[in-house]
Amino acid sequence: MTLTSKTATELQALLQKGEVTAKEVTEATLQTIEQHEEKIHAFIHVAKEEATKRAEQLDQEAANTRGRLFGVPIGIKDNIVTKDMKTTCASKMLEDFVPVYNATAIDKLEAAGAINIGKLNMDEFAMGSTSETSFFGNTLNPWNTDYVPGGSSGGSAAAVAAGEVPLSLGSDTGGSVRQPAAFCGIVGMKPTYGRISRFGLTAFASSLDQIGTMSRTVEDNALLLSVIAGEDDNDSSSSAKEVPDFTAALTGDIKGLKVAVPKPYLGEGVDTEIVAAVREAISVLESLGAVCEEVELPHIQYAPTTYYVISSSEAQSNLSRFDGLRYGYHTENAENLEQAYFRTRQEGFGNEVKKRIIFGTYAMSADHHEDLYVRAQKTRTLIAQDFDAVFEKYDVVIGPTAATTAFKLGETGGDQLVHYANDVLAVPANLTGRPALSVPCGFVNELPVGMQLMGKHFDEETLYKVAHAYEQATDFHKRTPSIQEGK
Amino acid sequence: MTTFSKEDVKYFADFVRIGLSEEDKENFSAKIADLIESVSDLKEVDVTGVKPMTHPVAMINVLREDEPKDILDREVMLASAEDQEDGLIKVPDIL
Repeated sequence: MTLTSKTATELQALLQKGEVTAKEVTEATLQTIEQHEEKIHAFIHVAKEEATKRAEQLDQEAANTRGRLFGVPIGIKDNIVTKDMKTTCASKMLEDFVPVYNATAIDKLEAAGAINIGKLNMDEFAMGSTSETSFFGNTLNPWNTDYVPGGSSGGSAAAVAAGEVPLSLGSDTGGSVRQPAAFCGIVGMKPTYGRISRFGLTAFASSLDQIGTMSRTVEDNALLLSVIAGEDDNDSSSSAKEVPDFTAALTGDIKGLKVAVPKPYLGEGVDTEIVAAVREAISVLESLGAVCEEVELPHIQYAPTTYYVISSSEAQSNLSRFDGLRYGYHTENAENLEQAYFRTRQEGFGNEVKKRIIFGTYAMSADHHEDLYVRAQKTRTLIAQDFDAVFEKYDVVIGPTAATTAFKLGETGGDQLVHYANDVLAVPANLTGRPALSVPCGFVNELPVGMQLMGKHFDEETLYKVAHAYEQATDFHKRTPSIQEGK
Repeated sequence: MTTFSKEDVKYFADFVRIGLSEEDKENFSAKIADLIESVSDLKEVDVTGVKPMTHPVAMINVLREDEPKDILDREVMLASAEDQEDGLIKVPDIL
């Protein structure tokens, strides 16, 4: 077994005992990345020198001061700012942007001894679900390079699935951690809104955005969330709720757990093979002692459109900061300030980003504000109330993470509307602020399928407990893409 | 059938100061019309008496002491700007 095929938890044990050094792990990681990048292009920037230097420094640290992620390599989605390391949001607008501070999650990773291996590819400004809108070219799925890895955190999912890194951070505004996790056969968690500080996460839609954790096992995911969660003075929407050690929740005992399965989640629009895989997963949970029942969600069909209106409206406000004057791309062709704004944005933003900003402006305009934006916010209340009612009786809501397996490259052209059936499954967790996790639950035509578990606010522990029990009862997480064996 | 003309595209893009080519206007005209069409299902929802949801997890009056902290260095921050002079960011002519 090579170093890079080990989980973060396994690496951690070896590193703490001094059986391997941080430098050895980093070197093996960089070597694996070099082998695979030509095929999958998960990284925008591999931080070879920075990571090597950091590993050497860590190896000097006394054994008793080592943090929970001591020497463990991690990749970071390129919309999370890293001091002195380019953060591009996969956009020409920020092609050469070097942040002057760290996101809070990055500071916490550093304090825990993790090694940032580099910045991961994504859809431009996290707008997309295929990673095809990146200014730097698309990432490919390690299971089959004719397919996309999903998105927008496609690089974060592909890097973990290919064994380039054991852990990565993504961000999830409408499924952007969970859907690529499902497409790449790994574990992806979008925690409760406010669980992780958003300070330093480039804002897309502020009432929906949340940093998420990605890994090959549930245990690694729980470890990573334990390190980066918590209240932050720099983010007033971060929660003061105490952060438990999530790994302590992995008891394997789910007897008596009450599981709701929304009927629409296994209905029209979801591929029949995926429905079959999730039904099979539900029967595994039942054999472990869970009680599963079907429920209705009366407003669920409005979730995608509610999301399109709210996310685009918030995006048009958030992205107005990119003016080319204070930082970022700057047009060379402006005679006056007005022209500088127009041309900087014309040349700096890609088509998907422009489209969403213009649509968001339409939805927020005086003539349409009440009928679109405010109406979407009211519908959001109704959707949240549907889930509140379900969670009064049940501990978790289960369904597929996505309605299909990974799309073929170029199949959707990154078009938002093609993804409607997936959005019904993905966006409710963001609209309601609830935690949701994707765990591998099967394969269709050699492409991974994910099961989604959604929970009560701030009850990530139950999601980890259920996902871990399921994972231990099945073998899907043990399968690796052939790229890992160098085929 | 919803229409969103090239003029509509320009009208809304102007508010957010995004320059567009003729090809862009054509492309966005069709795509945004599709989007508007697709979100029209919101009109079916009975929202009588429903309060708009602005935050997924309600938090009220999050305050902290207003104490000065070590913040970022001015020189370092200014270095990100394309053009600067005497500690100020230089912009093209305004008039």
